[in-house]
Amino acid sequence: MIGEIDPTIINLTVFVLAVFVGYHVVWNVTPALHTPLMSVTNAISSIILVGAMLAAGSAEADWGAWLGAAAVVLASINVFGGFLVTQRMLEMFKKKDKKGQA
Amino acid sequence: MSANFIALAYLIAAVFFILSLKGLSSPLTARRGNFLGMLGMGIAVFTTLTITENWILILSCIAVGAIIGSIVAQRIQMTAMPELIAFMHSLVGLAAVFIAIAAVNNPASFGLSEILPTGSKLELFLGTFIGAMTWSGSVIAFLKLSGRMSGAPIVFSGQHMVNLLLAIVMVGFGLWFFFSETTNWTAFSAMTAIAFLLGFLIIIPIGGADMPVVISMLNSYSGWAAAGIGFSLGNPMLIIAGSLVGSSGAILSYIMCKAMNRPFLSVILGGFGSDGGSSQGTDDGTQKSYRSGSADDAAFLMGNADSVIIIPGYGLAVARAQHAVKELAQALHKKGINVRFAIHPVAGRMPGHMNVLLAEAEIPYEMVQEMDEINSDFPNTDVVLVLGANDVVNPAANVPGSPIYGMPILEAYKARTVMVVKRSMAAGYAGLDNDLFYMDKTMMVFGDAKKVVEDMVKAL
Repeated sequence: MIGEIDPTIINLTVFVLAVFVGYHVVWNVTPALHTPLMSVTNAISSIILVGAMLAAGSAEADWGAWLGAAAVVLASINVFGGFLVTQRMLEMFKKKDKKGQA
Repeated sequence: MSANFIALAYLIAAVFFILSLKGLSSPLTARRGNFLGMLGMGIAVFTTLTITENWILILSCIAVGAIIGSIVAQRIQMTAMPELIAFMHSLVGLAAVFIAIAAVNNPASFGLSEILPTGSKLELFLGTFIGAMTWSGSVIAFLKLSGRMSGAPIVFSGQHMVNLLLAIVMVGFGLWFFFSETTNWTAFSAMTAIAFLLGFLIIIPIGGADMPVVISMLNSYSGWAAAGIGFSLGNPMLIIAGSLVGSSGAILSYIMCKAMNRPFLSVILGGFGSDGGSSQGTDDGTQKSYRSGSADDAAFLMGNADSVIIIPGYGLAVARAQHAVKELAQALHKKGINVRFAIHPVAGRMPGHMNVLLAEAEIPYEMVQEMDEINSDFPNTDVVLVLGANDVVNPAANVPGSPIYGMPILEAYKARTVMVVKRSMAAGYAGLDNDLFYMDKTMMVFGDAKKVVEDMVKAL
């Protein structure tokens, strides 16, 4: 029976469930960390890097592959920039934390 | 690697992304969360590498991106964080468009059939147009936030009609693209071009202080673009990651709109504070009187108080006064004065902007409180120091008929003494006069926030 289902429906199922998960997880994020939340979600949305890699890695190295390569560069700027800047911000919250306890 | 194994690896990565966001529920677990996010990304990239060719090309592209990204992340000033976020949104959008074009050009490299089925075309259409709008919208947001373009709303008559028409034409080209038997590049390119144009047009009428909503909305878009690409490629991990980001941005937009008591639609349609607002209130003819004082006077008052609440706003970020403010807080704290910071949800230009600036200055987060936590304490507070904030403390929000009526504000006007550091008497973003400035207990201190605060520290 599973085999008869259109893959799009399965994707839609995943999508709807993931939106619910996202909704509940994000409401628990403390307002003080909303900026790090934005930068980390930015890094996570760069998961399209995976799509870019598939495009760049296609066997036919035509202009589409080059476009893919450009997308790999753009997405990896975001992956590294996003996670590292989040880390930098969170380090600041850590410093304060020590002080608060002292 | 077998397809099943790859799918399982992607599932693990997706779970790490969820845990990453969950970590942000407390500053104590946040760093671990960020690390899990990196781990998830690492797994996803490594797994994908095993099924692609052209390793050298891909790895060198990643290396280039890694170098640029790391340098930017190390060098960026915390006050410039909103621009950086907007800039990064634009990259996600552009990358999504590139991937979609590559997929239309060569569906086989993504495991799609050579002649694209209508379903895939629809998904590619969604991915492309959301990506294109994210890119151009974020570019405008970036230019406005970094001051390279005026933050004032740009409005012209018939603006919404133009946008609506363009949207209809875009959908028309989309339909043509779906129902063409072969790959219809004309329709696809026209549709993409219009989506880029729409992104520009939608963001230009939105003014500076509505940026927290815009930037959250673009955050959301970048997630939906990733999810759209995930649908096209039939990759559940992209769908999960994209939806997490999409819902996160949507929730932030909702919180921001609520904090301004304005419907999302009215923010997006823009033009606020441009024409309607400015003529109201400011031009009522009578010259109201206010009291102004020097930084020394202000320092004297604070030095003799038992409790001080500091309300930072965008002016603090502009003046980069966060370190000076920390010294002020320390100096007051040494005198045994209870010092706290009150943060309005829309203070600054992005959600959580003030918290990050105060964190950078190493102000303990126990001293930093959100609006709901601190509002009931204002009547028992001796001195409130308003630093570069305006609309978020405007008591006009309690007056029916005012353009900001109903907006939740920090109730600074209830404190015994109010001190406002501001560059001039100019109205705030909403174009409204602020009655708080004319109250008998209010003292205005004019000048650049950083300089004034430094003078206060000296005087203490």
